[in-house]
Parts: sequence; C-alpha cells; structure tokens
Amino acid sequence: MTAPTIPTTDDLGGPPDPVTGSPARGLASRVLGRFGSGTVQVVLVLVALFWLVPVLGLLFSSLRSETDNADSGWWTLLTAPAQLTLHNYSDLLANSAILQSFGNTLLITVPATVLVVVISSLAAYALAWIEFPGRDWLTIGVVALLVLPIQVALIPIAKLYGGLGVFGSITGVVLFHVAFGLPFAIFLLRNFFSGIPQDLLEAARMDGARELTVFRKVVLPIGLPAIASLAIFQFLWVWNDLLVALVFADADSAPITVALQTQLRQFGSNVDLLSTGSFLSMLVPLVVFFAFQRFFVQGVLAGSTK
Amino acid sequence: MSSVVLNDVSKTYADGTSAVKELNLEISDGEFLVLVGPSGCGKTTALRMIAGLEDISGGTISIGSRVVNDIPSRDRDVAMVFQSYALYPHLNVFDNIAFGLVLRKLSKAEITKRVTEVAKVLQLENHLKRKPRNLSGGQRQRVAMGRAIVRSPQVFLMDEPLSNLDAKLRVQMRAEIARIQRDLGVTTVYVTHDQTEAMTLGDRVVVMKRGLLQQAGGPQELYDRPRNLFVAGFVGSPGMNMVSGVLEHRDDDSWWVTLGSQALRVPESVLTERPALRGYAGRSLIVGIRPEDMEDAAILGAEEGQVLKSVADLVEAMGSDVLVHFPVDVPPVMTDDIKELADDDAVAGPNVLSGTEDTVLVGRFSPRTKVFEGQSISVRVDTARLHFFDPRTGSSLWDD
Repeated sequence: MTAPTIPTTDDLGGPPDPVTGSPARGLASRVLGRFGSGTVQVVLVLVALFWLVPVLGLLFSSLRSETDNADSGWWTLLTAPAQLTLHNYSDLLANSAILQSFGNTLLITVPATVLVVVISSLAAYALAWIEFPGRDWLTIGVVALLVLPIQVALIPIAKLYGGLGVFGSITGVVLFHVAFGLPFAIFLLRNFFSGIPQDLLEAARMDGARELTVFRKVVLPIGLPAIASLAIFQFLWVWNDLLVALVFADADSAPITVALQTQLRQFGSNVDLLSTGSFLSMLVPLVVFFAFQRFFVQGVLAGSTK
Repeated sequence: MSSVVLNDVSKTYADGTSAVKELNLEISDGEFLVLVGPSGCGKTTALRMIAGLEDISGGTISIGSRVVNDIPSRDRDVAMVFQSYALYPHLNVFDNIAFGLVLRKLSKAEITKRVTEVAKVLQLENHLKRKPRNLSGGQRQRVAMGRAIVRSPQVFLMDEPLSNLDAKLRVQMRAEIARIQRDLGVTTVYVTHDQTEAMTLGDRVVVMKRGLLQQAGGPQELYDRPRNLFVAGFVGSPGMNMVSGVLEHRDDDSWWVTLGSQALRVPESVLTERPALRGYAGRSLIVGIRPEDMEDAAILGAEEGQVLKSVADLVEAMGSDVLVHFPVDVPPVMTDDIKELADDDAVAGPNVLSGTEDTVLVGRFSPRTKVFEGQSISVRVDTARLHFFDPRTGSSLWDD
C-alpha cells in the first residue's frame, strides 16, 4: 500500500490561477507535462501491476483449498476456476482465536489513532499559535523525540508497565502507540497549522471566538487534509504493528499480526489460513484510506487572503 | 457607537524597538479617523492595540467609557477589516458574514435577516453560497466589509483594506466605504499609507512618523497648514517641492526669498499669516512650493517677483493637467524627514532622487500649456501660498 503524501500549506494554498481559480502547477505536474502524460501513465500502470502481483497471489491463495495450494502455484486458479472456494473464509470466521485477534486489532488501532489525532492537534495548535513561556523549547523537545527509536524504550516501558499493572493489556499497547505516535503527529500538524495565516485566527478572535472556538471552527476545518493524512499514517502504523504487540500484548490481547505470526510458527505450511487472515487484515486499512481520501482537498486556503 | 480615546499609548516590543510613542488621540463618536504614514510609522500597531491584537505597553485605551487595556478583543465589540481580508476559506459567503453572529448565539432567523440585509447593501446577494476562492478581489473585500458591518460594532477598524485591489476598484470601493460609514455612522479608525485615501476618506487625518504623531487635523488643514516638513511632504500628490532659500528684507521694506540665482517676493499676506517669518530675515530656510501653486506664466501672466525661469526637463501630460519638471540652481534639501519620505516609495518625489547640484521642481500646469521638453519656461508661482520651514527643526514657520 502506498503511503499518502503529507500535504503542506504551501502546496495547498498555492496562488490560484486568476482564470481557472486552480492552484499553480506544481513540479510534478510540470514533469508530467514534459514527458507526455501518456507515457508516464503507461509506466505507472506497469509499476502498479507489478506491485499488485503479490497481493493478487495472496487473494488467489486464500480462495483455494489447502491441498490445491500444496499441489500448485496460486496462478493455476486463472486456468482452473473450479478450484475457487470460500471455504477458507468460512473456516477463518469460525476460528474464534483469529476473530478475537481481529477485534483486538480494532480495539488497539482505533483508540490509538483517535487519541493521537485529538491530543496532537490540540498540542500543535498551542505550539503554533498560543504564546506562552518556553513554547519554542517545548517544540524543540517534541521534535527531538522523533529521533528516539521504539526499540530503546521496550525494556524500560515493560518495567514501567509491570509496576502499573498494564503489561499484557490492550491499554498498555494503546498507550505505547500513542506515546510514540505523538512526536511525529505534533510535528506534522504544528508545521501545517503555522502555515495558516495569522489574520484568520485574529479575525475569528475579533468575531468573538475564544481559543477553543478558534481551534474548532477555523483551525480544524482548514487543517483537515493534514489531520486526515496523519490519521491514515497512524492507523496504518498501529494496524500493521507486530513488534510492540509482540512485546506488550498477551494471548488475550494479541492483535491479528501477532495471531498470524503465531500460526506461522506452529504449522509452517498452512497457507490457506495465513493468506485468508492477511488478506482480511489488509482490507480494513484500504477502506480507511479511501474513506479519508476525500479530505485531501487541494487549495484549502485559496481565497482566504488577498 | 462610541468614542475611542488613546491616552499616552505606547508600544515597545520585547527587543526594545518602540513602535508607538505616547500617542494621544480622541476619536469622537461617529468620526472617520485615518491614520496615515509611511511603512513602519506605527499606524498599524496603534490600530492593533485598539483591536486588542497587540498588548499595550503603556498608557490606556478607552472605548466608550470603558478602559479596554485588559479586555480581550472578543469582548471589545470592535470589528476589523484586514488588509488580507482574512476570509474563512472553508465557509461560504453567508457563513463568513454570519460567523460572529453565530458565536453570539443569535437566533437563526435573526442571523439570516441581518446577513441578507448586509449582503444587499454590499451587492453580495447572488454570491452567498459561494466560497471565497470563487470570488473576485472586490467581492472578497466586500465580504470582509460585510463581516464587520453585520455585527453593528461600536467601532470599525480597517487596516489598509483597499491595498490589494487594482487602482480602479480601489477608487470605487473607497467611495463605497465612505458611503457605508456615513450611513451607519459608526466610529471608524482607518489605516493606510496612501495619502489620497487618507485625504478623501477621513473626517480627520493623523499623520504619523516613527511612532510619533506628527499632526492631526482635517484633510484641508493638513494640506494648507502642515506643521512640519514631513507632513508637508507627505500630504499632496505630487508632493510639495522643497528648496533651500534665504530670506531677505530689502531696503524698500519688501521681503524676498532667494532661490539660487532667482528670487521670489514674499507678499505681505504671508508675513501677516506667518509672524515668525520676520525673525528669519537674512537667514536660510526651507521654502515649500506645492505643484498646484505653479502655473505656466504664458497662460496666467506674472508680475515681478512671482516668476522662476528654467528649462522644462520632463513634461508629463496627465490629461486633466500637465506635470512639468524643471531644475533650479539650489542644492536639494536633505533633512531626515525628506529622507524618511524618500524611503517610502509611495511618496518619493523627484527632488530626493535627483542627486545633482540642482533641485528639480514639479509644477502642475493647466493642460492648455504648450510647454515641451527642453523649452525655456517661465513659471508663475502663487507666492501667497508659499510655505516656510526652519531648516534645523523642520517645523513650519507660523507664529513665534
């Protein structure tokens, strides 16, 4: 799955073309123009197809029986459609352990995403627009946290969790993801929010808005593209995470990544279960991505100033 | 509607620069006051302090009977039109205008009524559903105005609201702002660096320089009786010509001012009007001549002591009148005030840019003039309207 691009206020608020009102052409669009969009599109389609092959293999494997998978490669399905079966899916849906791990993944991912978005957008607003002593140092501190690798924290946090009694619980996993998601989230949103013209916030204040109203009615709607991409990033990271869950979750709180990994170790060749589980776990991020897609609006700031 | 009083208001930034120094102003109820000056003169800072967007370092600001120093902008009941318009890009025109009303929790019906009314006044009725990005510059400007008007605030604050419009639209909106302000009768403080805007809009104009108030008065008063070189040079377009001259009291009791090899006779009326002038006999001073007070002598005729002879250096036909540039053999006046004006490109005249031993004067002649470039000309100066300034202090010579 390709990562969504991070929007910045620069390319969102680019000078609108006086005739069409569309933002000025960016570098990519000029490159496209030079190479001729036809050629570029063909290349892009080829790259995309190449990328899709393993995913297709996963899907086909999940639609074939265990014995078929053992006998021949997944592409056989193309010539022998009779092999098609939904058996694996019904098996999987009957497997309560896998189902529970799916539920766990949701229980971990949704709060970890929501919390990060809420906390980081508030923090980013404060760091970008509210003046208080030590603000810049705090910002530097947050940015500095970006360089801290997760692995360094595993053991100390495990010890801490042991003392707090959250080790092995979903709460523990969520808290860890939130803690390590925040620096990047705050950094990203702060930069985006600082690009919002100060006049807009001042106009809102003059119109009678308190800080929270300014945040809710002006900053949030304008920052939506950045918030949406942040939400997708965070969702994907947490959804696909194996390491953190492996360390901090126990059998009852294990998400799908851990559950599948456990299966892999136990049976080695049970492609039918693994491919089905993997494919299902890929679907949700796809849905999320397309759901948030509509927030990537170009030129959110167009027309607000000048 | 309310009066606004600034009492010894100062603004000093954390790095020690002081933007506004002990500004005293009384803006009466319903008055249209214009703060004008070159960039960096503190006019915008002063406005932002009234708005509550900038802390006040010293002194007090009162709106109505309330001292508002510690009252946040949202509770000051003032509305501001920003130079950049600052429209909410995610809201359509209706919601942009209604924003302040919604925050005040007015009823839906009341909001619709008021927004519709304002939209009608500003001719925005057909655009209420459009987003700012789909509006033209003039329409955006109107929306920004609408947002201020709809709240019926006690005071309007406008920060160069016309500077992003093209020249024609600017003139049109200028008239519109004047009309709206007159109809609503709301106290208005308007900031601009454009002296034409200031003169045409203001009931009263305040000229500022480097954080200091230079002169406050009606547009005509500023034009006729500038208090110092800075105001004299700033007001009027093209700006007042400044040359150094020497005042002479001749034996026949006539008064003359020598400009290089030529001299103009100072009429009795000027001496009566400016008693301080007599003290400058035999001393050098700065003479100011407005372009409007010069005319082609071939058209008007001239008496002795009213004429400057020169060669037309540049002739600019404006249609309604002709600007003629011509040198006189006096070194250009270079005071701090004039340098300050030169730094502000909006008001730079030819005098400060010539850099020669001669001073180039600009005269505004009637279009009937036949003057062409390179021709010898006689310029008739309306000597009754000469201005005189002290070369050291730069202040205008009126009373003692």
